Amino acid sequence: MALKTFHGGVHPPEFKKLTETLIFEVMPAPQEIYIPLNQHLGKEAIASVKKGDSVSIGSILAEADGFISAPIHSPVCGTVTSISKQTTPTGFPQQTIVIKTNEQLENLFMSPLNPKTITPEEIIERVKNAGIVGQGGAAFPTYIKLTPPKDKQIEFVILNGCECEPYLTRDYRFMIERPEAVIEGLTLFLKAMGVVKGYIGIEDNKPEAIKIITRAAENENNIEVFSLKTKYPQGAEKMLVKAITGREVPPGKLPLEVGTVIQNIGTAVAVYDAVVKGEPAVTAALTVTGKGVKNPKNLLVPVGTPIKDVLDYCGGINGDAVKLIVGGPMMGVAQFDLMAPILKATSGILVLTREEVSRGEETACLKCGQCIDVCPLNLMPTKLVRYTQLGRFEDAGLFGITVCMECGTCAYTCPANIPLVQWLRLGKQRVKQIQRQQAGLQN
Amino acid sequence: MTVTITEAGNTNKLELTTSPHLHNQWTTKKVMWMVVAALAPSLLAAVLFFGIYQLLIITTAVVFAVGTEYAIQTVRKQKLSVVDGSAALTGLLLALTLPPNFSLSSTAIGSIVAIGLGKQIFGGLGYNIFNPALVGRAFLQAAFPVAITTWSTNKFAVDSVTSATPLAAFKFDRITAGLSEMFLGSTGGSLGETSALAILIGGIFLIAVGIVNWRIPFSMIIGMIVFGAIFNFIDPVKYPAPLFHLFAGGFLFAAFFMATDWVTSPVTNKGMWIFGFGISFVLIVIRLFGGLPEGVMYSILFMNAFVPIINRVTIPKIFGSVKGAAA
Repeated sequence: MALKTFHGGVHPPEFKKLTETLIFEVMPAPQEIYIPLNQHLGKEAIASVKKGDSVSIGSILAEADGFISAPIHSPVCGTVTSISKQTTPTGFPQQTIVIKTNEQLENLFMSPLNPKTITPEEIIERVKNAGIVGQGGAAFPTYIKLTPPKDKQIEFVILNGCECEPYLTRDYRFMIERPEAVIEGLTLFLKAMGVVKGYIGIEDNKPEAIKIITRAAENENNIEVFSLKTKYPQGAEKMLVKAITGREVPPGKLPLEVGTVIQNIGTAVAVYDAVVKGEPAVTAALTVTGKGVKNPKNLLVPVGTPIKDVLDYCGGINGDAVKLIVGGPMMGVAQFDLMAPILKATSGILVLTREEVSRGEETACLKCGQCIDVCPLNLMPTKLVRYTQLGRFEDAGLFGITVCMECGTCAYTCPANIPLVQWLRLGKQRVKQIQRQQAGLQN
Repeated sequence: MTVTITEAGNTNKLELTTSPHLHNQWTTKKVMWMVVAALAPSLLAAVLFFGIYQLLIITTAVVFAVGTEYAIQTVRKQKLSVVDGSAALTGLLLALTLPPNFSLSSTAIGSIVAIGLGKQIFGGLGYNIFNPALVGRAFLQAAFPVAITTWSTNKFAVDSVTSATPLAAFKFDRITAGLSEMFLGSTGGSLGETSALAILIGGIFLIAVGIVNWRIPFSMIIGMIVFGAIFNFIDPVKYPAPLFHLFAGGFLFAAFFMATDWVTSPVTNKGMWIFGFGISFVLIVIRLFGGLPEGVMYSILFMNAFVPIINRVTIPKIFGSVKGAAA
């Protein structure tokens, strides 16, 4: 039988060998940590501490502001030294709580709950209070995903174990080291939502993870593990839903439109720890890798640790490193300041050398059509980019530029080396701006 | 843009660009030189079957194509793009469509027209509507109609009396050439067109490395077999068998190297099917009912003109949408 997958996509070199066999190391807290108030998609949290306050591990630093927001807890014991604008890995400065850490290890975790007897309401409440956000990249507050609108019937919860970004091995290590937490986490999701069927999708380049997770799920009749074809971006929500259920999420809609909710492997583990250990989202699990870092590692790091301290812990960077990226190499963000902190949803730090990031010289578009052939959403990148270049934003909008998820498949493939994603971002931004203005005029 | 950072005693210049940070390492230059490499078997076949003089034709075509591009870009104060290999490729493709022992001065004129009129006048690489090599060939056909249909004897021709091409022999004398001679190349014909074997080696190589989208040559071949078979069924004496059509004239060469030119072929997979079938249909009409024995050049140029329309009607349905994007 052909492996389940989607149309389009590419096969970038994986580079997972660098870290896939390394077990998670716990990195000690650095002297100073930086906690931005907005580490999630949605409204910035409101600081509930002030300069001079002392805090403990797990104590509340900031409260959620409204529905789409998340509270923030302290990953360390220490003293708040300032609340000021600081660099973040997104490139935009953010209001940030700076804490000077001390040696104490006082722990203010929430009370553990029994996953067997816990009620759906308790799970949702715990996930909300623990400040857990989606670990797949978007950092959407997880509790909202557990409370879909009443008119949407959810049939499946899918755990995303694809980790289709090259280099990253965080989710892989979770599946290898903590399979019971992965399965229990999924069971908690199912219980919270009153959903019967749980699926786990794993790319077939991780046979060991498939084996271990399948064994861990052996006694769970309602959980099924799927081996998916290794292809980027198999882990994109729409691609994953398509591969496993055959359903297509309509443009501009979420997977819940077709009765599914996707959660990341890392999120399942975080939810499990929040319930069973009472641990809020204070630790980021990430892969530090690339040929530019001395000792690649899989790490458990206190949220708020500056990139610099993480790199120091990994032996520093090599002289030939030319790019520092937070996230994966296909969708991650290039960094310019080593003091930018690790966030709740940070999945990796890549230090790449010239050899890894080299690109050819840009030429005119050759109309080869390869960007169209590989686009997983069946868009026409070359056409959308042309419209953007010409300022024809109405046409760009008509041909679906806002549907683009910026996965980078087109720009990876383009033989003319056109920075397609950069243009698409610009075009998307302008089109959305124009659409908002028009909506404003009509009101 | 770069930023300098110091970390653990090292000073690094970090680059700031948007994602994706990886690339599959293909470049325009690499593509062009790969196609040139894929033409090597056809080039060898030309020299083998028609003699060493053909290298002079090829050299002339390439030199004048590159020279024309260089001259035009210099005059227009544009960035020189001759190293990307596209001009050299146009020259090589043009040469391989010319008859053996063709005049060198005419070859030079063909190259100048191909690059000047076929490519640079539209704005250079990526903007031309018609296949530049075929524009050059069409110009030569109009300017030197006799010279361009004068076929020197193939050194390995079985019947050395006739130096006509299989298509001309059939059209005017109803003589059908042997398929195996046509396959290997020991018949009359243009430099790069006579050996189907050499073309297939290069063509399959280009499909394997992902430069040629298989849909274009495949749809052309299927189209030719189907249309050829229909007419052959109607009247086997008047109309030759489909395999004859396949191996005769410049069909295979065009299917793998001319119609597949990225710039002048459709960008959508569905569009490629329409384009391929379209070429075969126009071609068979020209071959069977037109005044010329061969018409693959005109059929491609004809379909080139339809590419913008084909692209417009074959816009893929956006993932998850019910109706077309532009609807």
